[in-house]
Amino acid sequence: MQAFDLLTPTNIRDAVKLMAETKDAAFIAGGTNVVDLMKCGVTAPSTLVDITHLPLASIESDARRIRIGALARNSDVAHHPAIVENFPMLSQAFLAGASPQLRNMATVGGNILQRTRCPYFRDPAAACNKRHEGDGCDAFEGFHRMHAILGTSDACIATHPSDAAVALVALDATLEIQSASGSREVSLEEFYSLPGETPSVENDLKPGELIVAIDVPLGRAHRHSTYLKVRDRASYEFALVSVAAGLEFDGDRIDEARIALGGVGTIPWRARGAEEALVGTSGDSAYEKAAEIALNHAVPRRDNAFKVELAKRAIVRALETVRRGQ
Amino acid sequence: MPKMQLKVNGSKHDLDLEPNVTLLDALRERLGLVGTKNGCDYGQCGACTVLIDGQRALSCLALAMMHADVEITTIEGIAPNGSLHPLQQAFIEHDAFQCGFCTPGQIVSAIGLLNEGHAHTDEEIRDAMSGNLCRCGAYSNILAAVRQEVRRAGV
Repeated sequence: MQAFDLLTPTNIRDAVKLMAETKDAAFIAGGTNVVDLMKCGVTAPSTLVDITHLPLASIESDARRIRIGALARNSDVAHHPAIVENFPMLSQAFLAGASPQLRNMATVGGNILQRTRCPYFRDPAAACNKRHEGDGCDAFEGFHRMHAILGTSDACIATHPSDAAVALVALDATLEIQSASGSREVSLEEFYSLPGETPSVENDLKPGELIVAIDVPLGRAHRHSTYLKVRDRASYEFALVSVAAGLEFDGDRIDEARIALGGVGTIPWRARGAEEALVGTSGDSAYEKAAEIALNHAVPRRDNAFKVELAKRAIVRALETVRRGQ
Repeated sequence: MPKMQLKVNGSKHDLDLEPNVTLLDALRERLGLVGTKNGCDYGQCGACTVLIDGQRALSCLALAMMHADVEITTIEGIAPNGSLHPLQQAFIEHDAFQCGFCTPGQIVSAIGLLNEGHAHTDEEIRDAMSGNLCRCGAYSNILAAVRQEVRRAGV
């Protein structure tokens, strides 16, 4: 790992000020992504701003939402009683990600911002438009079995690797972001950018900004929910396909639906068309139609075409699971 | 170089470290605690597992300088000198290793599993130990050893 300076602010104001004043600086908390990428030679910040001393690790509930501090550890969120009760899909998504050791280290803010696991992105000897715009993309003709089929562009087909972010997008989560000039809120769904011609721009976070919390609204479709992850191994592996699903019923009729997909999108993929198709229906037959709609615009490639059918079946399975459990 | 203090296995150590020294390298190269293994060095294999305030973590992805205020426990510190931790005894009884390289990480990880108290069934133990790879494939005996301690500890 190359040399760098380490700064240790103890309050948010100092942290964002240091970040704004320091060239090529990056925040570090759990370190599970940034240290890894520095070892790979993908990133080389001159300064790391250690934010682990900021008071941002609490999980607080009120009548309409749960506010998760950006520094809450993945394992703490996954096992928090209010999260388990109100957002089963989120607890399950956190537990489906990484390993226990990594979940004890990794924070929620870092999870949302984690970089793709595309092997060509992680290898500085390979061509990657995300690492260096205009270099081309070795994944198009290379091994792309794990790559995206939704939200792709001619420049990038890398998947967003997070499980938790898929659930958070389905749950209408909002980010609280702070900078030296103030604070703002943005919905997580709008926060992520499609790769388009500029795959290095992955989200709406501006230089010097810090995610301080994630707000997740309460809701019956959030409470009746599940996270289904399909992967090559039973544990400790990234998703081929994953589905965060939640349903609210009025008798037999679906009143509200939440569906988001992981492992198939360049960003955590909210399937709003599929949700709309479910509302007002009753019985399982609507699930297959919703799944068709969710994958309507999929662009499969040589090695990952199997994901289209796999994702459809995973959506149906996840919806059946929620329906049975309600 | 900046001065800092690491608390490892109950002892305090004054160290001069650069910010880019990982906790793993500080333990092995500076403190001579070579029981913690450097397997992949990229947070993928679990051989470098240590306990940080009782919670299992990967020392290869942790920067030493960010861990001045915590209690670190390595495989050398899980039992008093001359005696075995019950999990070490269980690994011997169940022949839960071949080459032994992943074993310190497996045992420290299993202590973290016991501290967490979430894994009870075989399926849960397998899932909770999945962050520790064993290239010899001693998984079934590792499972047997950890299962024995989960039962005995009643967690």
